[in-house]
Amino acid sequence: MKFLRDLLDKQKPLFHKGGKFENLYYLYEAGETFLFKPNHTAGIKGTQVKDAIDLKRMMITVVIAMIPCLLFGIYNTGHQHFLATGQTAGLWEDFGPKLLIGLELVLPIVIVAYAAGGLVEAAFAVVRKHPINEGFLVTGMLIPLVVPATLPLWQVALATVFAVVIAKEVFGGTGMNILNVAMTARAFLYFAYPAQISGDQVWTYLGDKTPVDGFSGATALAVAYNAGVEGQPVTEALAEHNTVLGDGMFSFMNLFIGWIPGSIGETSTLMALIGAAILIATGVASWKIIVSGFAGAYVMGLVMNLFAVNEYMAMAPEYHWVVGGLAFGVVFMATDPVSAAQTEVGKWIYGFLIGVLTVIIRVTNPAYPEGIMLAVLFMNVFAPLIDYYVVKANKKRRLQRATV
Amino acid sequence: MELISLGIKSIFIDNMVFAYFLGMCSFLAVSKKVSTALGLGAAVIFVLTVTAPTNWLLNEFVLKEGALTWLGASFATVDLSFLRFIMFIAIIAAMVQLVEMVVEKFAPALYGALGIFLPLIAVNCAILGGSLFMAQRDYTLAEATVYGFGSGTGFFLAIVALAAIREKLKYSNVPSGLKGLGITMLLTGLMGIAFMSFMGIDL
Repeated sequence: MKFLRDLLDKQKPLFHKGGKFENLYYLYEAGETFLFKPNHTAGIKGTQVKDAIDLKRMMITVVIAMIPCLLFGIYNTGHQHFLATGQTAGLWEDFGPKLLIGLELVLPIVIVAYAAGGLVEAAFAVVRKHPINEGFLVTGMLIPLVVPATLPLWQVALATVFAVVIAKEVFGGTGMNILNVAMTARAFLYFAYPAQISGDQVWTYLGDKTPVDGFSGATALAVAYNAGVEGQPVTEALAEHNTVLGDGMFSFMNLFIGWIPGSIGETSTLMALIGAAILIATGVASWKIIVSGFAGAYVMGLVMNLFAVNEYMAMAPEYHWVVGGLAFGVVFMATDPVSAAQTEVGKWIYGFLIGVLTVIIRVTNPAYPEGIMLAVLFMNVFAPLIDYYVVKANKKRRLQRATV
Repeated sequence: MELISLGIKSIFIDNMVFAYFLGMCSFLAVSKKVSTALGLGAAVIFVLTVTAPTNWLLNEFVLKEGALTWLGASFATVDLSFLRFIMFIAIIAAMVQLVEMVVEKFAPALYGALGIFLPLIAVNCAILGGSLFMAQRDYTLAEATVYGFGSGTGFFLAIVALAAIREKLKYSNVPSGLKGLGITMLLTGLMGIAFMSFMGIDL
């Protein structure tokens, strides 16, 4: 580390006021702080700040927490491709080629998202003279994880630029936005180019190969919705689905582990939970939002069961946890500390309503098979209002206590 | 049951602000603080809930084709529906006057805060829109009342949510060119995306 420090110190004058690259100061600062800040702790005397975590460390923790999802997503992309084209059925057969195909598809998306987001971020930082925050590292990783692997790269770039500019930079950059940036990118794609991000064809990469007979690329959510329309019990429909690719593709266990078609990183509930464990252990994400999000979905699933008028509403509530992107969304999107509710009571309400809304949208809205994206955005809009009333209630309570 | 689903529909799915983009001027202008937004939202709920059924009666017994039959058989062919706009507006203006007097008497602080926007509710297109939609969709009296209340509540929710966001925006660093209305317009669009979550639900 010493030589890095020396190197940076040597370049420093160039970027300071009057230096050659004065305008690019914040680019330099980003590199420096990424490696070395914050490097001051209080030592051992007295009660002071002893932890060196700041925004940058926090964002990096989120990125680390997403790595299980990413690795799983890469392998799953290859695995689904091999399954659909009937090349091998075993999970660990052809490990290398599967990994390679996954990498070929996923890595460009990640690179494009980072490049596009990073460029915009850097341009804004230089023009508006604010430091580059690692917020975009998280956004650039989240966006690839919530899109299908077959998405055209120019759409990835377009959505990233749109989201970073309209949802974040116009508000002043990281920490000042209202809506979750990655979800805005996905919503933008969803409404602007629905053909590439919805339906049954986009989730599995086929390449130039023909799929096996009887193959269907539908996601578990689509199968469940259709089962509701046709009046077939959902678990039965899920079990019967895609049996050409091997039995039990949509069994509860497999849905939980995530060897199913879907967006790159959202399929695995297990990996999302590993991410959640990292986030909660490091204190980066609020466990209240995660717990109440899952609880909200479960409770709403139960309520739907009580008033069930079709088979989808009668689906066992725990299935809502494992199909679609609920787990991923609750763990990584809803807990975004910027756009979530800030107050502790508010977090419970906010997370719970996300779960509830997700299930409502999934089950009742034919236009969207998955509800988590819009549920998170919707609650982002209402989070400031929740906070407003929580703060108001707190004030009232404390005033009463003060004026006995 | 149908009334309940109509109510939910008019609040979330056919939201006046985000589905039809009606009532924009007061939505953008009076959303700086939650407390004033609450006042205006409540006033809009009241005016819509009262004017929708009143206008329904007016439409049913005076304006619609054949509505005047109760005066005598010779009126059966009279069609006054071309007077809809002006009559609806007259009723709305009268109601707004009433609200204004009540607010001035009982909540002078709110009266001062709302300022010109209180009388301007009279020309808030969300309210005229509510009456016109009600006439166009052939609602019954009960449906018209529920629809009026529902759309008012939808507007209320939208403006209060926006006001809370704008209070939070004080801590943001918005580019100077976008400060004020510019960023609010962008916000409205982003909120519209969020409200898309309900569009397409068939109740």
